[in-house]
Amino acid sequence: MASQPLRRLRPTTGWVAIDLHELVEFKDLVLEFARRDIKLRYRQTVLGIVWVVVQPIVAAGVLNFAFGIVAGARPQGPSYFLFTFAGVLAWNLFSWTLSKTSLSLVGNSYLISKVYFPRLILPISGTLSTLLDFGISLAVLIVVQATYGIAPGWPILLLPIWILLILALALGAGFIAAALTVEYRDIQHILPILIPFMLYASPVAYDVSQIPGGYQRAFYLVNPLAGLIVAFRASLLPGAALPPLPYLAWSVGLAVGLFILGAAVFKRTERKFADVV
Amino acid sequence: MSSSALAVAVRGVGKKYTIRHDYTAPTTLGEAIVRRVRHPFARVEREQFWALRDIGFDVYQGEVLALIGSNGAGKSTLLKILSRITEMSEGQVDLYGRVGSLLEVGTGFNQELTGRENIFLNGAILGMTRSEIRRHFDAIVAFAGVERFLDTPVKRYSSGMYVRLAFAVAAHLRSEILIVDEVLAVGDQEFQRKCLGKMRDVAIDGRTVLLVSHNMAAIGNLCSRAVVLRAGQMVFAGDVVGAIAEYSARDATVLVGDLRERHDRVGKGEIQSTSIALVGLDGVLTRAIKPGQPFDIVVSYDAKVPLREVEASINIESMDGTRIVTLASGFRNESFSVLAGAGTFVCRVSGLPLRPDTYSINVFLSGNHAFYDHVERAISFDIAPHDVYGTGRLPMRNEGALIADYHWRAAQPDLTSNVV
Repeated sequence: MASQPLRRLRPTTGWVAIDLHELVEFKDLVLEFARRDIKLRYRQTVLGIVWVVVQPIVAAGVLNFAFGIVAGARPQGPSYFLFTFAGVLAWNLFSWTLSKTSLSLVGNSYLISKVYFPRLILPISGTLSTLLDFGISLAVLIVVQATYGIAPGWPILLLPIWILLILALALGAGFIAAALTVEYRDIQHILPILIPFMLYASPVAYDVSQIPGGYQRAFYLVNPLAGLIVAFRASLLPGAALPPLPYLAWSVGLAVGLFILGAAVFKRTERKFADVV
Repeated sequence: MSSSALAVAVRGVGKKYTIRHDYTAPTTLGEAIVRRVRHPFARVEREQFWALRDIGFDVYQGEVLALIGSNGAGKSTLLKILSRITEMSEGQVDLYGRVGSLLEVGTGFNQELTGRENIFLNGAILGMTRSEIRRHFDAIVAFAGVERFLDTPVKRYSSGMYVRLAFAVAAHLRSEILIVDEVLAVGDQEFQRKCLGKMRDVAIDGRTVLLVSHNMAAIGNLCSRAVVLRAGQMVFAGDVVGAIAEYSARDATVLVGDLRERHDRVGKGEIQSTSIALVGLDGVLTRAIKPGQPFDIVVSYDAKVPLREVEASINIESMDGTRIVTLASGFRNESFSVLAGAGTFVCRVSGLPLRPDTYSINVFLSGNHAFYDHVERAISFDIAPHDVYGTGRLPMRNEGALIADYHWRAAQPDLTSNVV
């Protein structure tokens, strides 16, 4: 009779902890959303998954042309194409995750106002489907590398860490953008301008060593993604160096910090989503 | 009921919305920033509006509880709080079981995905695990009758198939507490009947249903208790008959059918009905009559010229247009002489033994082989659920239109021959 309720609902205020146990409870929904994303993206396309392969190759080619041939900024190293390809992969992971996360609430507003689930599920499932595309293009990179006769060395063991940190940075910024977008739709217009701008401000098709020495420090400080892209590439291409440790630490700290801050902001504003969206 | 265990305990729940009293509220980030910079200490005037306040009631396991109220009374807000879509501003709710909410049929259905894919997606959205869905998959498909179209995108489904599939998934939700909003409002009669039947099964299973509907007949059929909300306040919590009476007396929208603006009438028009109303013997206008309860149907008229031998007639029809009964003054050789001007005809009905449902009335004025005026669906009214048999059970829609007075007894051939 006086049994404990399964769940007690009360008004919450301020910062709320993320209920990891609940996220696990909803894991089937996470997978189902990711499955939906993946299926819808390539339904009614003729080439389907081939696009995942083609996109980074074309992007790397175009950037090589613009930076290497037109601007004459080809960095030192054995293969400029592989250099850019690796950069594009890291960049794609960041930009896809950021833009998808920022739209995850507004894009699913019809669900948010009709059914309950932890709202974090939306960006998480979006990230899963991004990771699939990323994984495929990473495999392509390894294959292309093999045709160049290049085998990755031990630094590849650190690759998952850099991937997680790039995700953390993108998700952190994305969480905040998503929460803001609910109330201010401007964010939807700002990000498509900001993201390409960030591409040129990141060492995707050029090397940080090509930046005049005095500016390198400012470059790393202003763009926390820079250190992570360089580190990501260093894990894949033999001969590519890690960024100087203080700058790398700065990037790592910022990625982790932004992720925690973003998740907290998302969670704090979550309770308003259904009322505003 | 009080012997059962609690399923939901609602205590002092309130939901506050803040309305800005500010005609130039910022709608873009830019405006918001500019304003902050220009008037850093300005406080936007805000008014607090309580969409719900001091709501408290218990729901027991195996019970179907209805939430009744007119539009804007706060029913949907309460359902959203209970299903955790939105958060309450004060109070507390204890849930003694897993909650599944159906605020619409087919939430998250995706047009591009196939029936099979949508079953898994929609099921997961409703809170089912993949293995649960797999276990019920065949039953869902059979219930919806879409076996042949499982691998067709649902955008190619007929709307009937779509709704059936969506409902089939929802019907197999196994949560202990089900929250249902107006699901009964969609689909055809057959589908609504299926919904009602399914909800009854859910309750028989010992699970709990919280239901919002405007269909008083359905509520009367399904629910034992109800909560009536009015302007965010709880004005009644108790047995369903009392709740419907409370709602009908104060909130039901149309008590008097104004017919003056009805231009779809036919007839010569020397005399026309101007309004129609149902009045209980206590003299109070009503929209809900209990089966067998006596009442008056009052038809007001306006006659252009004096007329003799005017006959008035009423058809009562079910909402699907089936004619249930005709109350013609002619059958009783009752006809009237009227002067030019306004007046009323009153039909005293000593009782309608109809199954609780919504019905409509056609009004017909004629006489002297003349056909003066005919208005179809002049007003609708409810036969209110009433425990005619004293057992809490009433016939469902597929069990007939009438409520008859009857008793059963059993007899067997006398085998012992010394017992009479």
